[in-house]
Amino acid sequence: MELICPAGTPAAFHEAVDAGADAVYCGFRDETNARNFPGLNFSREELKQSIAYAKSRGTQTFVALNTFMRAGAEEIWYKGAADAVASGADALILADFGLMAHVAERYPQQRLHVSVQASASNPDAINFLVDAFNAQRVVLPRTLTIADIARIGKNIRCEMEVFVFGGLCVMAEGRCSLSSYATGKSPNMNGVCSPASHVRYRKDGGELVSELGEFTINRFPAGEAAGYPTLCKGRFDIADSNGYAFEDPVSLDVMGELEALKAAGVKALKIEGRQRGKAYVAEVVSTMKAALNSPPERRAPLLARLRSMSEGQKTTSGAYEKRWR
Amino acid sequence: MQIPPILSAPLHMIPIPLIERICRLMFGRIAKAHPGLFERLDEHREKRFAFLPTDLPLAFVVVPGRQEISVLRKPVDVVADCVTEAPLFLLLALMEGRCDADALFFSRDLSVTGDMEAMLAMRNALDASNIDLQKDLAKLAGPFAPIARRVIGEVRDRALKDQMRPAGEAAAWN
Repeated sequence: MELICPAGTPAAFHEAVDAGADAVYCGFRDETNARNFPGLNFSREELKQSIAYAKSRGTQTFVALNTFMRAGAEEIWYKGAADAVASGADALILADFGLMAHVAERYPQQRLHVSVQASASNPDAINFLVDAFNAQRVVLPRTLTIADIARIGKNIRCEMEVFVFGGLCVMAEGRCSLSSYATGKSPNMNGVCSPASHVRYRKDGGELVSELGEFTINRFPAGEAAGYPTLCKGRFDIADSNGYAFEDPVSLDVMGELEALKAAGVKALKIEGRQRGKAYVAEVVSTMKAALNSPPERRAPLLARLRSMSEGQKTTSGAYEKRWR
Repeated sequence: MQIPPILSAPLHMIPIPLIERICRLMFGRIAKAHPGLFERLDEHREKRFAFLPTDLPLAFVVVPGRQEISVLRKPVDVVADCVTEAPLFLLLALMEGRCDADALFFSRDLSVTGDMEAMLAMRNALDASNIDLQKDLAKLAGPFAPIARRVIGEVRDRALKDQMRPAGEAAAWN
């Protein structure tokens, strides 16, 4: 199985390639990118240079243009696709059907991957994208069990890529409106989930308080590991109880299920984390590569050291092994 | 790794203008070695970024667009757009991109307040810059550059080793 690794900057890109990534995914510094964070991402020139570096090491580059086009501003996405193709991207990761249609028509030779943001999570939806736009791979959402993935795999006509490590989105990606509800901005349209412009941290006694817009997301007592300020991982007062309504601050790790994923027909394993630093990318990619090359019984000790870098310093297999409450 | 009080105590005595002069010299050297350093800051270039090492009696305020750095003695109410607090060695490791800021935030070794857009842009600009303090600053020592390089390298290696937590401290959730 291929290891698909994240990069938010050229420095992180080099780390991912050097650490043994089979492919690196990245995006432009604009709203075409679902990780459109301040100071992050690639200029056109940086992308060109990074792709050249990757090619020299036998690594592929996938360019994510995975937000939904704004009516009347489609040219921004079309230009992004044209520049990514011209730079030699091995695949474009797309979410918007209109953009898929444009790419399929203008660049029929270009490999097209369906982004997790497209919310294609059943054989009918996936096969439609294969037939209509010649999609060659689908990135599945983190809401499916391994049994679901195996069932889908038997009934689709393209490759499957799944997230195995990093941030855990528990929502129907591409359709989640929680961030929009709190801030007016979303990963789907603006490329930002819980935009930094609306995030505030403050200290209240010994507690760390995180706020998003007008909502208090969490209060972490002294010594408790912290998490991202996302509504889906907030701790709220609900009726008489206080707790996590959707999911705890926790990261995904299903590297313990590699054999099952392989048997399910998964072609590529994806690491989340384009917003993370190059130190994280280097450590995670080299550890995952070592784990992939190790017998199953040796993987757990290797991967344990990554937990301290994870959100909430905890990991979960999430929906892949549906065992939670 | 924390700076022991016995080593940070002399900083109470050294005049601020002298510390500021040294800091400006170092800042200038780094900016010269990395001319594109703050290109990623965009509209945040003129903002005031405060860095408060928790193990030093000093605070540092940087305005990247003006290549300006000021030093304040604690306790002080810093006037800044955003404030980052962590032990000095972690702040330096972040400057070099040798530690992941999110991981340090999760473990509560790092705290941030204020304008998060500006702070995020600064974090990403530094992470993209390939700053190497050993290489960039040793030259300031003139003929003693080789010794300075060795000392900076050894201190850095020790600090980073110290930062690596033993496996098993964190937990699997299910």
